[in-house]
Amino acid sequence: MWRFAIKMLFGDSAKFYGILLGLGFASLLIAQQASIFVGLMSRTFAFIGEVGHVDLWVFDPTQSYVDEPKPLRATALERVRGVTGVEWAAPLYKGLLVATLPDGSRQVCDVIGIDDDTLAGGPAEIVAGSLADLRQPDAVMVEVGSSQQQLRFPEALPPGAVPAPGQSFDPKGPKRPVEVGDIIELNERRARVVGLVKCAETFVAAPTVYTVYSRAITYAPPSRRVMSAVLVTAVEGQDPDALAERIRAETGLAALKPHDYSMRTLGYWMSETGIPINFGIAIALGFFVGVAIAGQMFYNFTLDNLRYFGAFKAMGASTWKLLGMVALQALVAGVLGLGLGLGAVSAFGLNAAGGKLAFKMLWQIPLIAAGAVLVICILASVLSMWKVIRLDPADVFKSS
Amino acid sequence: MATATPTTSGAPTPAHATAIRLRGVTKTFGRGESAVTALRGIDLDIPAGELTMLVGPSGCGKTTLISILAGLLSRDGGDLAVFGTDLATLRRDRLAAWRRDNVGFIFQQFNLVPQLSVSENVSVPLVLKGESVGAAVRRADELLATLGLEGRGKSSPLKLSGGQQQRVAIARALIHDPRLLVCDEPTSALDAELGRRVMELIRGRSTRPDRAVVVVTHDDRIFHLADTIAHVNDGRIDQLTRRTSEPPTAGSHR
Ligand SMILES: Nc1ncnc2c1ncn2[C@@H]1O[C@H](COP(=O)(O)OP(=O)(O)OP(=O)(O)O)[C@@H](O)[C@H]1O
Ligand SMILES: [Mg+2]
Repeated sequence: MWRFAIKMLFGDSAKFYGILLGLGFASLLIAQQASIFVGLMSRTFAFIGEVGHVDLWVFDPTQSYVDEPKPLRATALERVRGVTGVEWAAPLYKGLLVATLPDGSRQVCDVIGIDDDTLAGGPAEIVAGSLADLRQPDAVMVEVGSSQQQLRFPEALPPGAVPAPGQSFDPKGPKRPVEVGDIIELNERRARVVGLVKCAETFVAAPTVYTVYSRAITYAPPSRRVMSAVLVTAVEGQDPDALAERIRAETGLAALKPHDYSMRTLGYWMSETGIPINFGIAIALGFFVGVAIAGQMFYNFTLDNLRYFGAFKAMGASTWKLLGMVALQALVAGVLGLGLGLGAVSAFGLNAAGGKLAFKMLWQIPLIAAGAVLVICILASVLSMWKVIRLDPADVFKSS
Repeated sequence: MATATPTTSGAPTPAHATAIRLRGVTKTFGRGESAVTALRGIDLDIPAGELTMLVGPSGCGKTTLISILAGLLSRDGGDLAVFGTDLATLRRDRLAAWRRDNVGFIFQQFNLVPQLSVSENVSVPLVLKGESVGAAVRRADELLATLGLEGRGKSSPLKLSGGQQQRVAIARALIHDPRLLVCDEPTSALDAELGRRVMELIRGRSTRPDRAVVVVTHDDRIFHLADTIAHVNDGRIDQLTRRTSEPPTAGSHR
């Protein structure tokens, strides 16, 4: 009878597609929103990954996420370097500064200052120029994605050219992307673009500008506290956790392994913002839409078939067998609907890959969607099953 | 008050044993104010090898009676043995299995599943008995061919005419060779000519010495095909009419 159960399901194409659509839509919404959520949330700590291989981040103990501006005094660097077990320690600058473009327009930039000596912590991918060029006077490298959209130069000004004294540009005139050789002002100080880089999308929408630490602090407003963090590598054989403990004890600063710092940052965004709730609502909505549409359709489908189930019951099919048929129908619809939804999400993900949209489908997400669809199918079939249980075989002789 | 005694002159044909024996069978639906007594004490012997018709005014209890005979409904009181089995002793799933193994059903509404093909519909009783779909469908096709539905096995029942659909339903009722065939108004959805043909088919296929056929009908044009007509009135058997003339030979028509 299993084959017949499936044929009954496929044969009622209007309802079948309705059920599939409902389940597909539910799993789509659940998996897609969950993936965007994960993608978005992993952007909160993407910068930590971008900085790359260090053993520890040392930062202000009251700082709860990586972008929070709570700079340290310059002396922090020496204090960290003085801790036993530290092989290398370098300062890091990260702050929002205003850039002024030749046409007079202004743009907030996320300026990163990396270690002058080692240039460690630089961007993962360089599109034009080389990292060593940052050692040239006034050198900066800008993010290629944002440079196209946010750091726009007047078309009338050729790449690398300096505006003639008194020359001005219409801020609304035609624009071109920033190029190597262009000059911008950061906090009223000259910055020369020596390269273009690609960086991970972070929560900071401002275009990223890389330079060396010593120059970054000249762009930053003067203060005794400008150092955002100290990056540390441990001597060989040194357990990073023990080192972190020692740095904490000796300097009073926070010291975390990159992964732990990422989790602290994530924890902040999770607990202090409405983002999880919003996505939670969207995901719950997907679930309830699934229950409503697919459940309703499935129930109607069973109602339509009730007289045939009744005839089967009269002909001697046990109630268990009929319940098995209903369960199989729900299961098949569930698997196909889930496949449809996840297929659509994957297509969406492939499409979104590398783009602006945050999307990260962890392996757990399809499992969560599958679990949700399973629950929807169970809820949907329970009512149907109840109808089948209550079905009186003697009703087959009732003319309808 | 009329009693359940044969009124037709002539000795009852003793050739056949009793397939179904009912004594004082009662059935009441609901309780209290709204209670409806459908059967008030049915005494009836349904012989094997014959076609028995239940006739009577609407609401007199015919459907209730065959539902009880076929194991779809439990009785409230009285004795009932169907081929020697007291159905009241069977629990629900055993009773379902008993129906599966012993009863063929023909409904007024043919109840053919539109999503299944004609042969698949016919094969259901065999599949319920555990036969593989492939083998069951082959047997269904053979049976359909003998009912003049050769080559229609793959089509949807919706594509068939009413008479053809009822023949499919007959095939479904007969495929597992049940000992008891029950039909409730099998001809009421068909025109007179088709109805008569369908009844002849039922008669020709199923009146065998170890089989019993019970047909509920209003249709006086088919009364002549009965061996016994039990007149039901207000939950009792009013009158039994035994055939006196020669039964028409099966399939004499067509
Ligand atoms: N499930 C039920 N619940 C309550 N009353 C019922 C039920 N089934 C039948 N009855 C009542 O029992 C009586 C006999 O019904 P039954 O269906 O057996 O009559 P019938 O002879 O088949 O009538 P018809 O010729 O109209 O089909 C009727 O009064 C009917 O209303
Ligand atoms: Mg009736």
